Amino acid sequence: MVQKPILDRLRILADAAKYDASCASSGTSKRDSRGGRGIGSTEGMGICHAYAPDGRCISLLKLLLTNHCVFDCHYCVNRKSSNVERARFTPQEVADLTLSFYKRNYVEGLFLSSGIIRSSDHTMEMLVETARILREEHDFRGYIHLKTIPEADPEIVHRAGLYADRVSINVELPTDAGLTRLAPDKNAGQIDGAMSGMKSAIAEAKDAKKRFRHAPKFAPAGQSTQMIVGADAASDVDIVTRASSLYSRHRLRRVYYSAFSPIPDASAVLPLKRPPLIREHRLYQSDWLMRFYGFAPHEVAQAAGADGMLPLDIDPKLAWALKFRESFPVDVNRAAREALLRVPGLGTRAVGQILMARRHRRLRLDDVAKLTVSVKKVQPFIVTADWRPVLLTDRADLKALIAPKVEQLELFVA
Amino acid sequence: MTALRHVQDSDYYVVPMATSDDFEEWRGHARLLLMADVPSDRVAWTEPGGSAGDLFSLGDCRLPAPDGEVPQPRVSKRFMDIARIVLLNSDITRFSLLYRVLWRLQTKPRLIEDMADPDIRAMADMARAVRRDIHKMRAFLRFRMVEEESGAEHYVAWFEPYHHILRHNSGFFTRRFANMRWSILTPRGSLHWDGEILREGPPATRADAPGGDPAEELWRSYYASIFNPARLKVGAMLKEMPRKYWKNMPEAQLIPDLIAGAQAREAAMVKKGALDMGERPDTLEAIGQAIHACARCPIGEMHNTAVMGEGPRDAAGGFSGLMIVGEQPGDQEDLQGRPFVGPAGHLLDNCLVEAGIDRSAAYVTNAVKHFKYAQRGKRRLHETPTAREIDTCRWWVESERKIVQPKLVLAMGASAARAMLGRTVSVAKARGQALPLGDGSELWVTVHPSYLLRLDGEARVQQEAFFRNDLSAVAKRLAEMSVSAGL
Repeated sequence: MVQKPILDRLRILADAAKYDASCASSGTSKRDSRGGRGIGSTEGMGICHAYAPDGRCISLLKLLLTNHCVFDCHYCVNRKSSNVERARFTPQEVADLTLSFYKRNYVEGLFLSSGIIRSSDHTMEMLVETARILREEHDFRGYIHLKTIPEADPEIVHRAGLYADRVSINVELPTDAGLTRLAPDKNAGQIDGAMSGMKSAIAEAKDAKKRFRHAPKFAPAGQSTQMIVGADAASDVDIVTRASSLYSRHRLRRVYYSAFSPIPDASAVLPLKRPPLIREHRLYQSDWLMRFYGFAPHEVAQAAGADGMLPLDIDPKLAWALKFRESFPVDVNRAAREALLRVPGLGTRAVGQILMARRHRRLRLDDVAKLTVSVKKVQPFIVTADWRPVLLTDRADLKALIAPKVEQLELFVA
Repeated sequence: MTALRHVQDSDYYVVPMATSDDFEEWRGHARLLLMADVPSDRVAWTEPGGSAGDLFSLGDCRLPAPDGEVPQPRVSKRFMDIARIVLLNSDITRFSLLYRVLWRLQTKPRLIEDMADPDIRAMADMARAVRRDIHKMRAFLRFRMVEEESGAEHYVAWFEPYHHILRHNSGFFTRRFANMRWSILTPRGSLHWDGEILREGPPATRADAPGGDPAEELWRSYYASIFNPARLKVGAMLKEMPRKYWKNMPEAQLIPDLIAGAQAREAAMVKKGALDMGERPDTLEAIGQAIHACARCPIGEMHNTAVMGEGPRDAAGGFSGLMIVGEQPGDQEDLQGRPFVGPAGHLLDNCLVEAGIDRSAAYVTNAVKHFKYAQRGKRRLHETPTAREIDTCRWWVESERKIVQPKLVLAMGASAARAMLGRTVSVAKARGQALPLGDGSELWVTVHPSYLLRLDGEARVQQEAFFRNDLSAVAKRLAEMSVSAGL
């Protein structure tokens, strides 16, 4: 088969990779290229080298090795029965492209995934080979994220962890029933097993590293996963519950949500409308509430409506506060960190600054205004030296008073 | 402070800074001033290169000499850490702000923690602006490769920072690109790394930097492809990548066109992709009407007639609970407008009779409603519908199933099975057993009778026997179901 020019293949395979939400390059071990033969460094915080007009960060060269696939997952643009243009790269070509981009400071490294060709083992072998060329032949010390294939031989997957900073396996859909219906070739048990295998490999390597200085690193940036939102009937509560169980059971670093978006040549089994992008945003907010604000999954569920969906017009923290008005107002001069973190409009940073500043002065509303983005939003929920919300939290129209004005959130509402 | 006062209240000092980003210089001056007990409102600081002419009219440029007995002033590490960053800000008030905070810290050492204080707040804001610029330089700086006469690669970048961060950022670039020859040119100065030694050079202009790099075409192509037009969020992009950085980024020139084209691209994607089928028709008559106008796949636009399923629709009409699904109408079916009336239909009829199944009590239909064919002279040759066409047409056969509510569905051939399950199954593996269909009914799969017609000799005999077996199994299961329903 005559290969298309590299420019065309890059276009096809980058286009195919864009439905993976993750582009993170942070949280790995610190290293640089001094004393080596090649280039590359990771210094904790990842860098977004560009932003696309969809508002997403471009940190890594995100590619599929090939978009040929023997699987037939309905939500996927690359499924067997889709008519998209197909292409493939060799591991060497991807390695060269990564280095060429890295040297010009376009990217932090590589995020490589692939359609399943021939067999899962063969595909996984090719992904690992790409990482091997970069690490061993070019002494590349930038970031590598490899998508692993749950059906592949655990031994090959293990090698992926030795070269990559992060490995990920997509759970794809929040419920097993959804997976069976929309991804008939995938198996929920197998995905779960692969994740837990990865968890123990990461833990073992960490443990070994503590005892032997030269023990090899294994996926120092941990593992992550992705769920598609809106392709099946799962409610926000289902999704949040699933995510929290993934965080605790498999010690995932991140769960990414990807709003199902119209893909070229979509399967007729899919819902015909895409979910509003704001739904994905609300899910990320609830994810933040659980990870940084001390909310338990059932508390996020309390913020949701009877149908299990988070409100779209207000954020989940405000929704929770409006339901549990008895927890407010909170005295910014006396309340504990946990209570302050529940106040809508106060972020982790503002709370930290309030805790520091109140050692030096009795905080007044003016002072709080300096520490927050919008004091109007915070006002009904706090008590300061010179401010007390008079029965404001009892008002039935409180939501209307503080909820953001309705505006056109997206340019193109489907 | 207990020191002797060297300074009269009327004295006024001017400190001309020799460098813009040297913290140690500021620190030396500040220490002297503090030891001489000079209040912060008695000092003015000037940028390097500022006009020196009227400085003396403002005040005294000679700083007070330190008294040997005055102890070294002390300040917290926290202040020093923030001050080092603040000093890189290009705001000319930074020197005096830092000295004012330093002065106030002498009597109130923990002031630095009070974020509600305007000076501390201003310091934090300046530090944040500098950190952001440092970060954006690491992110948005772009190297262009120049091949030297020796054949060696030299990477050169042109960048315009907003604050005095060039020297501060040199460490990042030497750590990251340790084994690469590179130069960074800016209007405030330049850096050159040869793999071993970092050299500083004079300010440069854009003209000193190379004008392009062939790799940029690849990068632009990547940038345009990774962008998802279905989720345009220009505000989010501008927040992180303000327009002021665009002029030195090769990919940024694409942005206006990408935004303009996004709406058109999404519309095209939606049109090509999932189609809005609207409400499900709630009667078989409505379906029969609607499929004639259906042109959601290319088959509907060929010269053919839509063929609706037929048979009783409820127990009152004699419905046995069996729905038989074939692939698509053939030549004869298309002409007559009825399912299974051609050669395959005759074979099916024979086999059904033999298995003891009453066709007139079953609802008979097809996965695809129109005849897909290829014209060969006067003959129309059957063509297999694609998975996509089956999936599109599923809407109709699913609607029929919702109305008829069969207890048992017999799918003949892989196309019919796909229409029922939404995925491709192997007929050989799936036949001879009940597959559950969400609503509690069962799916049985067998081959399509026209497959038998294409076989010869022994294979035909063998396959026909299998087909008859499948039908018998269905008949048996159907009898069991009606018994258990009767009980």
